[in-house]
Amino acid sequence: MSSGLASGTDLPNARIVQKSPLVRFLRRYPLQIGIFLVAVVIWVIFVIGAPRTFLAGDIYISFMATTPFFAIMAIPLTMVVITGEIDLSFPSIMAVGMTAFELVYYATQSTWYAFAACIVAGLLVGALNGVIVVRLGVPSLVATIGTQFFYRGAVMVLTGAKGMGMTATQGTVLYPLLVGRIGGVIPAQFVWTIGIGLLVWFFLNRHRFGAHVYLVGDNLDSARLMGVRVGRTKLLTFAVLGAVAAFAGFLQSEEILFFWPTIGSGLLLNTIASVFLGGTSVFGGTGTIFGTFVGAFIMGAINAGIVAMGLTNFWNDAVAGFIIVASVALQTQVSKRLT
Amino acid sequence: MDHFLQMKNVSKTFGEVAALHHVNFEVGTNEIVGLLGDNGAGKSTLVKIITGYHAPDPGGEFYLKGKKIEHFSVAAARDMGIEVVYQERALADKQSLWRNIFMGRELSTAWGRLDLRRMRNETQKLMTTVMGFTSSAVTPESRVKTFSGGERQGVAITRALYFNAELIILDEPTMGLSLSETKKCLDFVAGIKAAGKAAIFIDHNIFHVYPVADRIVVLDRGTIAGQYMKNELTLQQLIDKLYLVAQTGSLNGKENPA
Repeated sequence: MSSGLASGTDLPNARIVQKSPLVRFLRRYPLQIGIFLVAVVIWVIFVIGAPRTFLAGDIYISFMATTPFFAIMAIPLTMVVITGEIDLSFPSIMAVGMTAFELVYYATQSTWYAFAACIVAGLLVGALNGVIVVRLGVPSLVATIGTQFFYRGAVMVLTGAKGMGMTATQGTVLYPLLVGRIGGVIPAQFVWTIGIGLLVWFFLNRHRFGAHVYLVGDNLDSARLMGVRVGRTKLLTFAVLGAVAAFAGFLQSEEILFFWPTIGSGLLLNTIASVFLGGTSVFGGTGTIFGTFVGAFIMGAINAGIVAMGLTNFWNDAVAGFIIVASVALQTQVSKRLT
Repeated sequence: MDHFLQMKNVSKTFGEVAALHHVNFEVGTNEIVGLLGDNGAGKSTLVKIITGYHAPDPGGEFYLKGKKIEHFSVAAARDMGIEVVYQERALADKQSLWRNIFMGRELSTAWGRLDLRRMRNETQKLMTTVMGFTSSAVTPESRVKTFSGGERQGVAITRALYFNAELIILDEPTMGLSLSETKKCLDFVAGIKAAGKAAIFIDHNIFHVYPVADRIVVLDRGTIAGQYMKNELTLQQLIDKLYLVAQTGSLNGKENPA
């Protein structure tokens, strides 16, 4: 009897092959394995291209310190993209969170209150994106192009486009906790990125919320007909991204001990490239946190590699832009072949 | 016979247009009703009243399990065990079989944590007992997009049965299916009968409706043009009547004009 296999696997020996655990593993996690192999290939290229840099440990410490600033946002952005939406405003939300930090810090002189305000501001502003998309029905691409400039403009007005020194905030435990060096070596923000990755992975794969995220992105109509609260699910993904973006803004400001109102302006491309390079579909419904995580560190390695190989920094944008288009083109072509 | 659903003298007008005109319609608790009719006959309006999507015009009466229903809604219809299976909109293609079976009704433990093991086991059980997937290549983790059209309808029907639907409404389930896939789909409809549940099977292909329906209701231009127990007439007789309906609007031809 017909087994419901795709035509490509309907070979006489397909059933025997299926039983091999290795093949089953490969079939179950094709994206994750693919991205991992890409990472290995890129690493080998860099080792050959700049062996002195890439065989020493320093470069790895350095990108464990800098990659988290966008990697940590790429993780919740993955959820937004899985629901079939996009957010371009998160770099501006980093600045919104830090503006809230600045205002509350000057009012209360409390790093903790200011930190809480930073995260809450990010959450609210992210939720506002969600409301505009879900309740007003503005396509997320357009909505967040708008809010990207609106948020940044508001930040510039509120701060007078002036930065804020953060050295006074070094006194609390937040500083070593968030951007300290564990054992004097491992940057704490790297551990936070893994932590947030695990947390989002749990909600995406082991919780009702994540089940609904996938369903909403895959087939909006059927999810709605089956009683999934479609609007609330989308809104929550935007809100979570907002909160994490504010957190990333705080991490970066603590790392350099200065808040620039232009914070995040260079991170948009890298973050989006991490998500798409990691195999998350631009059409919604599929995507993994593991893929995004590896994708982000590939982007980080490329950034470091470009410098190490003696190329100018301008290459970064060109490469990130190329990777976004190339990985989405690849996804589209592959999915066309498979269906 | 026990009635799951009874409609008496139900009408529905949209502005000037009378989509349904004094319709009497019922479905037994374990009956497959084939609903036939051309485009615009009022099939989907009738279904949307049953699923709580449209409110009927005042004056008609609507009973579910013998209880008169005054205020009906989509949620109320669902609570009463009425499920609709739409062909294209039923499944999330890129997700696994178990995620589709439990779509919107995931089994979870405290704090909304998914009970993966139970959902996979239940899906495995349904696959072998109800859906007839015996190949080891199909597992609860299989993506639904690799399934054929008939199998997909089967997944949607199985899902409805699993969640104790009393009345399953199938909206043109055989549309676009090949012959063998149609056969598979019709087997699932027969499975609804075997499970002791009721169904309304909407189609305009009489050859699909006739084999599985207990009773066939013909709608035409907003009225019930006629209804027949299947054992009362042969397929050929029914086809002849349908031609007559198409021409005159009545199953009895010119003797009884609409």
